[in-house]
Amino acid sequence: MDLLYLFIFAVSAFFTILVVALIGYFTVKFRRRNPDDVGADIHGSLALELGWTFIPFVLSMVMFGWGASLFFRLATPPANAMEVFVVGKQWMWKVQHPEGVREINELHVPTGRPVRITLGSEDVLHDFSLPAFRVKMDAVPGKLTTMWFEATKVGTYHIFCAEYCGTKHSGMIGQVIVMTPQDYEVWLSGGRSTGTAVENGERLFTDLACVTCHKPDSTGRGPSLLGVYGSTVKLTDGRNVVADENYLRESIMNSQAKVVAGYQGIMPTFQGMVTEENLMQLIAYIKTLKPAAPEAKK
Amino acid sequence: MATETAPARQSYLDAPYGLAAWLLTKDHKRIAMLYLISITVFFAIGGLFALGIRIELLTPKGDFVAADTYNKLFTMHGVVMIFFFLIPSIPATLGNFLIPIMCGTKDLAFPRINLLSWYLYVIGGTLAIAAVATGGLDTGWTFYTPYSTQASQTSVTMAAMAAFIAGFSSILTGFNFIVTIHRMRAPGLTWFRLPLFVWAQYATSLVMILGTPVIAITLLLVMAERTLHFPIFDPKIGGDPVLFQHLFWFYSHPAVYIMILPGMGVVSELVAAVSRKQIFGYAFVAFSSLAIAILGFLVWGHHLFVSSQSIYAGLVFSIITMLVAVPSAVKTFNWAATMYKGSVTWESPTYWVIGFMGLFLIGGLTGLFLATLGLDIHLTDTYFVVAHFHYIMVGGAIMAFLGGIHFWWPKMTGRMYPESLAKASAILVFSGFNMTFFPQFLLGYMGMPRRYHSYPDEFQVLNIASTFGATILGLGYGLCLVYLLWSLKRGAIAPANPWGAKGLEWEKTQSPPTTFNFEEDVIVTEPAYNYAGSGKVHHG
Amino acid sequence: MANSTTSGVAVGHDAGHGEHHPRLQHHFFDMDQQLEASTLGMWVFLVTEIMFFGGLFMAYILYRYWYPDAWASASNHLNVQMGAINTVVLICSSLTMVMAVRSAQIGSIRGQVGYLIATIGFGATFLVVKYFEYAEKFEHHLVPGLGMTFAPPADHIHAAHPVVGSSEQLFFSLYFIMTGIHALHMVVGIALMLIMLVWAWRGRFTPEYYGPIEVSGLYWHFVDIVWIFLFPLLYLLGAHLGAGH
Repeated sequence: MDLLYLFIFAVSAFFTILVVALIGYFTVKFRRRNPDDVGADIHGSLALELGWTFIPFVLSMVMFGWGASLFFRLATPPANAMEVFVVGKQWMWKVQHPEGVREINELHVPTGRPVRITLGSEDVLHDFSLPAFRVKMDAVPGKLTTMWFEATKVGTYHIFCAEYCGTKHSGMIGQVIVMTPQDYEVWLSGGRSTGTAVENGERLFTDLACVTCHKPDSTGRGPSLLGVYGSTVKLTDGRNVVADENYLRESIMNSQAKVVAGYQGIMPTFQGMVTEENLMQLIAYIKTLKPAAPEAKK
Repeated sequence: MATETAPARQSYLDAPYGLAAWLLTKDHKRIAMLYLISITVFFAIGGLFALGIRIELLTPKGDFVAADTYNKLFTMHGVVMIFFFLIPSIPATLGNFLIPIMCGTKDLAFPRINLLSWYLYVIGGTLAIAAVATGGLDTGWTFYTPYSTQASQTSVTMAAMAAFIAGFSSILTGFNFIVTIHRMRAPGLTWFRLPLFVWAQYATSLVMILGTPVIAITLLLVMAERTLHFPIFDPKIGGDPVLFQHLFWFYSHPAVYIMILPGMGVVSELVAAVSRKQIFGYAFVAFSSLAIAILGFLVWGHHLFVSSQSIYAGLVFSIITMLVAVPSAVKTFNWAATMYKGSVTWESPTYWVIGFMGLFLIGGLTGLFLATLGLDIHLTDTYFVVAHFHYIMVGGAIMAFLGGIHFWWPKMTGRMYPESLAKASAILVFSGFNMTFFPQFLLGYMGMPRRYHSYPDEFQVLNIASTFGATILGLGYGLCLVYLLWSLKRGAIAPANPWGAKGLEWEKTQSPPTTFNFEEDVIVTEPAYNYAGSGKVHHG
Repeated sequence: MANSTTSGVAVGHDAGHGEHHPRLQHHFFDMDQQLEASTLGMWVFLVTEIMFFGGLFMAYILYRYWYPDAWASASNHLNVQMGAINTVVLICSSLTMVMAVRSAQIGSIRGQVGYLIATIGFGATFLVVKYFEYAEKFEHHLVPGLGMTFAPPADHIHAAHPVVGSSEQLFFSLYFIMTGIHALHMVVGIALMLIMLVWAWRGRFTPEYYGPIEVSGLYWHFVDIVWIFLFPLLYLLGAHLGAGH
């Protein structure tokens, strides 16, 4: 990314110096000597027009292409990334590691391991910004967003909230603490765990009585959730949707929006009964539900 | 040029006399002056808010004002500067004054609607001040939901209503210009003989009438959600906060072209006049204004790259944003080429114009950084963005505005301002501006987010530099105000054409013009900027 | 004190024929230019109105795409009969409006007055029907934020009153805002027509000068057309999508 930045900087510097030099030169060389003087009778030049249209166009397309490929890479976390859940609320960041360790305004990560963050918001828009890793993503209430990065150097780096969210927006800051993998394991095991995300999710699944309708053998009033994550689901209105994290989240919070074909829209809404963190834990649990027979892989 | 001691006939300034004659005027020139006074007031108010921001940012801790107050300061700075200064600035002052004259006609198509637009502006502005006085606004000028609809405890509805009303002022101005330019050009004045200022205003007016209604309805939805509790953007019932962002930026991106296109029109006029030369590539410059206006409607999503917008939408918006940069580049090259073999004077308008070109160039180029997808993730919502848009809007639009005010001052007021002070002011503004905003590019790249009341210590040095620059910038503007006001009473009487420029306003009207502009019917027989055909000699 | 009109300017005044139409505004060259400018002006203004309503239609399109079932079920709660009556009323009013303009063009004051009264009558009828419609919504607790309850759909099966699920609130918010703003435009339209009525009755319009009534007619037709879009999109969805609760 920094290389791209340098490229655009170089192009910008070049054109700035060029135009400024030209203007400086023209205004001096062609300065008015007699008060009645006028300029030469020049109207234009098609060649020049095409030239200075085409060249900026080409340069900007290079920038676009380079930036787009970088963007795609940033939008696609590697498959072996470790999952971290982050929830923003006025005015703090709540971080949960899959192993169960929780942090507030801090995120410990090991070097050499991609980290995929699932981001949510309890109230208004926030943005989880990690300038040292050149990434940020908005935390949008009502949905889940994702971002990823990989730390390479041990050290401490800024976390900023980068979407204005009210009084203590500039206080919603923290640190990413990058450790060697060994140190990270030590830290992890030393941390107080309130259960892994999956364990918490499973507990919620029972406590909220999801299991009474979503029986694994499809005899319940709701569809079985074995293997649902990542699968394509057919809805009552004929649409096919991919069951990603946002689909799962919406089904819990606003179940009428997408009803699975063959079922009635009787799932109650859990709006107000679960926090964003609960949702992430439930989703983590549901992702582990695999079908008994290995027919629908992954 | 020939000097005169006083205009031959009574100017629009003198007759008819009296406050009522001004407040109920239908004369486009008087309305322009009314606007000039009002927008100057709002510029001062917005500037005071900026001062508050920069003083706070001298130190890393939030110790000058409370966090909530700071949030109101930057919000109101944005709202006042954008809705009550930049958007009306050139169109409502220079546009109102010059469009009928440049079209060779007596007034705009709808003079009473013109006056109405000023009253709407004043009402909106008053409401904005009332909002400031009754709790302020702390949502950011962008009013993002759900903060603005559910969490903010400030006068959101009143401020939104103020912007809503000001929007109609803008729509009426644009609508008046479009009809005037289409239907009221003098005989012989074909489209391609029009000054480029008129082309730029026309393109701006298209944006005004097509874009502004969308922000109007968007603000209305925010007001409805807040006061009537009609949930539109509430995520708890399936509403989408990002829908607000789409609707908001659908106007607010074209709005930035409302703010810069007129400035580009002014620059075309000034470059031609100070070089006494036909604008290089007239048709290309004219069409580039239209291209910017049209393409400007297709790029709003570049404000939403990290908002959870789909990556494919991001691709589309990024590539079109690159495209919209090209016509601006074309204009810049054409202006520079105009000076080649021109007869360039070093009077004060030249200072303003050259200042514009340098600063607009940097501002525009830094837009490329932000349009580039992968990079924008790092730079968005940081001070890099703040620096970018200030380079365009202050370094570009305001320098163009002031350049235009200076250039046409003798025409509008009949007085000359003190030349050396004007040059000094331009230099102060240019250097103060760079000192204020260049450090902010660095701050942004280093990661300092926007809208931050307090910040980590490592950002302090650059912030101090920025505040220092802001002081110089403020001095430059203050000086400008002082000598311009002074000149009204004590400035030298201006001749009809102090610059020796071509154009209907310079050649066919006195300084200041009479109420109906022209002494005789205007019939146009030559293209704009026809210096070479004027019989004078080129010594280049 | 010199009068502004005697500052010696004579642009476009007389190319020899001396007098001009009493309704010619000073900055225009002739009546044709004035009419063309007014008409273009009204069209430009209508374009801004399209953009204004456009924002609402965009919100509608997005949420309908996301929540088609909620949209259909909510639409079923609207009173199709009243909506249909209003549609017919407005179409008739556009007809009488056109006739009013035509009457001005042929110089018939009786025609102008009669047709304008009819247009105003139809417009007022529309608003009265709208009033009853809105009242009904209030009674049925279908106004968001004002006692509108949304209960989990599990209860919905057993409820006696129509209870709306969460996304139906979006529909009703948009319904009230869209039809409310439309109704406001109707009010403005009726006010315009009243002014036209007074002017017509005083004989202001002639075959040479009928600009104001023509552009007012344009505005009226636009408001009618907006309703033609609103009616099927808001009222007829339940039937169209076939879904219902």
